[in-house]
Amino acid sequence: MSKYYLNYLDELESEAIYILREVWAQFENPVILFSGGKDSILVTHLAKKAFYPSKIPFALMHVDTGHNFPETIQFRNDLVEKLGVKLIVGSVQDSIDQGRVAEEKGKNATRNALQITTLLDAIETNKVDCAIGGGRRDEEKARAKERFFSHRDDFGQWDPKNQRPELWNLLNGKHFEGEHFRAFPISNWTEMDVWNYIKRENISIPSLYFAHEREVVFRSNSWIPVSEYLKLEEGEKVEKKKIRFRTLGDITITGGIESDADTLEKIALEVSAMRKTERGDRSDDKRSETAMEDRKKQGYF
Amino acid sequence: MEINNNQLLRFTTAGSVDDGKSTLIGRLLYDSKSIFEDQLDSITATSAKKGHDGIDMALFTDGLRDEREQGITIDVAYRYFTTPKRKFIIADTPGHIQYTRNMVTGASTANAAVILIDARHGVIEQTKRHSFIASLLNIPHLIVCINKMDLVDYSEEVYNKIIGQFEEFSSKLLMKDVRFIPISALLGDNVVNRSKNMDWYQEGTLLSTLENLHISSDINKIDARFAVQTVLRPQNEDFRDYRGYAGRIASGIYRVGDEVAVLPSGFQSKIKSINAGEHEVQEAYAPMSISMTLEDDIDVSRGNMIVRKNNQPEMEQEFDVMLCWLNNDPAKPRAKYTIVHTSHEERALFKEVVYKIDINTFERDKTNQDLAMNDIARVKIRTTRRMMLDTYRENRNTGSIILIDENTNETVAAGMVV
Repeated sequence: MSKYYLNYLDELESEAIYILREVWAQFENPVILFSGGKDSILVTHLAKKAFYPSKIPFALMHVDTGHNFPETIQFRNDLVEKLGVKLIVGSVQDSIDQGRVAEEKGKNATRNALQITTLLDAIETNKVDCAIGGGRRDEEKARAKERFFSHRDDFGQWDPKNQRPELWNLLNGKHFEGEHFRAFPISNWTEMDVWNYIKRENISIPSLYFAHEREVVFRSNSWIPVSEYLKLEEGEKVEKKKIRFRTLGDITITGGIESDADTLEKIALEVSAMRKTERGDRSDDKRSETAMEDRKKQGYF
Repeated sequence: MEINNNQLLRFTTAGSVDDGKSTLIGRLLYDSKSIFEDQLDSITATSAKKGHDGIDMALFTDGLRDEREQGITIDVAYRYFTTPKRKFIIADTPGHIQYTRNMVTGASTANAAVILIDARHGVIEQTKRHSFIASLLNIPHLIVCINKMDLVDYSEEVYNKIIGQFEEFSSKLLMKDVRFIPISALLGDNVVNRSKNMDWYQEGTLLSTLENLHISSDINKIDARFAVQTVLRPQNEDFRDYRGYAGRIASGIYRVGDEVAVLPSGFQSKIKSINAGEHEVQEAYAPMSISMTLEDDIDVSRGNMIVRKNNQPEMEQEFDVMLCWLNNDPAKPRAKYTIVHTSHEERALFKEVVYKIDINTFERDKTNQDLAMNDIARVKIRTTRRMMLDTYRENRNTGSIILIDENTNETVAAGMVV
């Protein structure tokens, strides 16, 4: 009987597919939160498997800060066309123009926190009752406390101390009008698992993940890409470096690492030897020890 | 690291800060190189700010603001580490607050439970409580770590005495595979590396035990059970009449050509094809997520179960469960709840509380009918329609239920079919 067991990647895949199918069965209008990063690409890939030979029954929802890597937007548009799914874009720029939010001031101003309003607006306008995210519990300590099915009240808020217990594989997505859920099918995957799986399935990902030459500035211990949105500070100089990104987010806050890893094999090898977490290069998480928890409570991804 | 056929093992840890549980998890993560520099830096800084000597390992597991401020664990936290032999998921459950609720949650999917005993104190009430829950939740493997051996001069006599104490009370519990390991989480003896101080102990360290537990048969591979989650009906030319029944195999093995029955209707057919993602396969087994088609065009929908014709679960409308109450609001007499079992939902009401269990003494109380947070009781339930049940002892996936309060939508109880 010994051949009847799954290896860990197959088991993680099976668990994620189970969760995606539960989302489809329990909600009226679910979407995949799509950032163009590897985790949301992975979730989309798993959704394709979960519903084959049907099309993915979810729209992709992108919260666009306006500060994008052009490569990410191109990748997003190509994928949407290939899969034949609907794309919903919530624009932070629109939220600013409508006076819903104001730009942060000060030297480390970003649009990171502004995404919360845009995201919640997009969820409300499109009557979304479940937003599927690529969040993983190994990413960050507040995320380690997330359920697969995570409840949000009618203000979009998360109450981490008062979550529904989740036992066996029985998921409770019941909610009242105006409330919604976040679902996290890859909760149990680590960064290493994600790379090993991307390699195994040969999933295509944006070129930004592979080592490439780029103009960058050294700030808060990582290489921030030069873009039209970046304001140089005193003493900072633009350099050309061979780098790659471990995560992709808003171009103004996503730091790269120096690397020669230009294939999936080399990336997986590099990640297995890493001594820093991937979010260690994200300045949004460095603001305070509980920055992620505070944002999540308000409705962040 | 190469992709390989390593398995995934889920375990839960029970114990309080005083037993050295956080130190043990910290040790496992640290010695298996699963802690990153920036995490270590952040925790070192916080430890210093709080005036601790050295690193407070609990900060690795306590993620929420309130947990860090109050130095308590509020909720189950999940931790991950990988060795060349296995991937591990730790469900780290708090020892004190809402212990039953949290431990039951962590235990529900675990292959193994690690229980800590302080060598100076031996078996205490908490040990009995944790062992009882591990046995109630039918965790296949139990590892009892007798910790702080350094504080009892690594004495074999103390170790044997504690095993004696444990075996005395645990004879009343149903447990299949129990192992004992003398360790010092603080100094690292027998956690990842073999102890140089206890020559009298020749078995494996904690890590090597976790790496070598035989878990392939933790899932029932005999009774084929497949609950339909959703029906795939692609709207395209190539798959015009396709009806794929999608779900995750709860137990057993399915092969193309198998004669099956669809419950509750009882209609019979044969398996025409099985798909795992885009690939057609000839056989599939638990816990794979698949979709299957049948030879005959019969009515199948979410909540139905596809089983072998000659191996079927019980069809019951009235049955007993061991229930753990998980909500702050106590159970209301004769209240109605939504019962969820696999992908099947019905409405349910309590007929009667048969007895409550005192989890410190294992005694049954037949006089008290009230169910409050953390209570465990045997309860008679009646449902609106028949449920397709196995006992929890035989099948964790098709013998488990939750109850949802229809007024609040909260998950208020977890139950195991007796």
